[in-house]
Amino acid sequence: MAMSSILFAGSAQFVVTQLFATGTPGLVIVLTAAVVNLRHMLYSASVAPYLRRLGPAWKGLLAYLLTDEAYAVGIIRYRRGPENGHGHWHLLGAGLALWTTWQLSTAAGIFLGSQVPASWSLDFTLALTFIALVVPALEDRPDVVAALAAGGVALLAADWPYKTGLLAAALTGIVAGLYAARWAAGHPDRRKATNKTPPERP
Amino acid sequence: MSRTALWLTIVGMGLVTYAIRLSVIALLGRVELPPNFQRALRFVPPAVLSAIIFPEILRPGGTFYFSPANPRLIAGLIAGLVAWRTKNVLLTIAAGMVALWILQAIR
Repeated sequence: MAMSSILFAGSAQFVVTQLFATGTPGLVIVLTAAVVNLRHMLYSASVAPYLRRLGPAWKGLLAYLLTDEAYAVGIIRYRRGPENGHGHWHLLGAGLALWTTWQLSTAAGIFLGSQVPASWSLDFTLALTFIALVVPALEDRPDVVAALAAGGVALLAADWPYKTGLLAAALTGIVAGLYAARWAAGHPDRRKATNKTPPERP
Repeated sequence: MSRTALWLTIVGMGLVTYAIRLSVIALLGRVELPPNFQRALRFVPPAVLSAIIFPEILRPGGTFYFSPANPRLIAGLIAGLVAWRTKNVLLTIAAGMVALWILQAIR
């Protein structure tokens, strides 16, 4: 419950809960959470221009609420049309709705978690949610290369201690994506191909 | 882990996560991010999300399960197709869960 209100980051909470259970040193846990949440820096960079004129209190509050889902909902609204000056209220609303649901669900999970039969396979919703987020985000070949490289390494390294496999996989994916992008950029005739590729399934 | 260490770890994670989310929002206009860093950031979401998805589907419970009989693999593929076609999160989750339940029921 403390994690839900302080961290407010589903994927990181999911990963570190397993780490706590296996007695991982605190520093490794913090490092893992940092890498898992590094993608939020992208969201931060992406919404920053729209929040530029807001005061520090607004910026501070919206940053706390900036999750995958709030970002996805908020940025669509910002990109849809000319800014009417109320976009930050929309982002705040999305963030608060998510936050409230998140806290209530965590409480429900603590009290009911042990009573949900394993056969319902509710843990699978995590993978499904991320599939729903990642597939539309695969816009060109370098994205797909990054996803496949990270996924492959993650599979092989899944039994590394303290989930270090996840760190290795994420870094491999990022480097692979950078190389793929450079390879595509170096060949103008290939550049065309990078924009239109059916997203492959992770 | 002691109670204190547990709290320190949770608060540490909270601070780091908050710092990451606030970083560019707070700094924009004051500093420019290095272009290489910006290029790398682009690949963080597909890399991290895939690194979590792949083992959940192909190595459930720690053992490799590369087979068409793996219900999570088929359900994941169906969900991926729905996500690609509709870009709808709720529909993707619903399709994946229903597919998984059906596959588990007929096994």
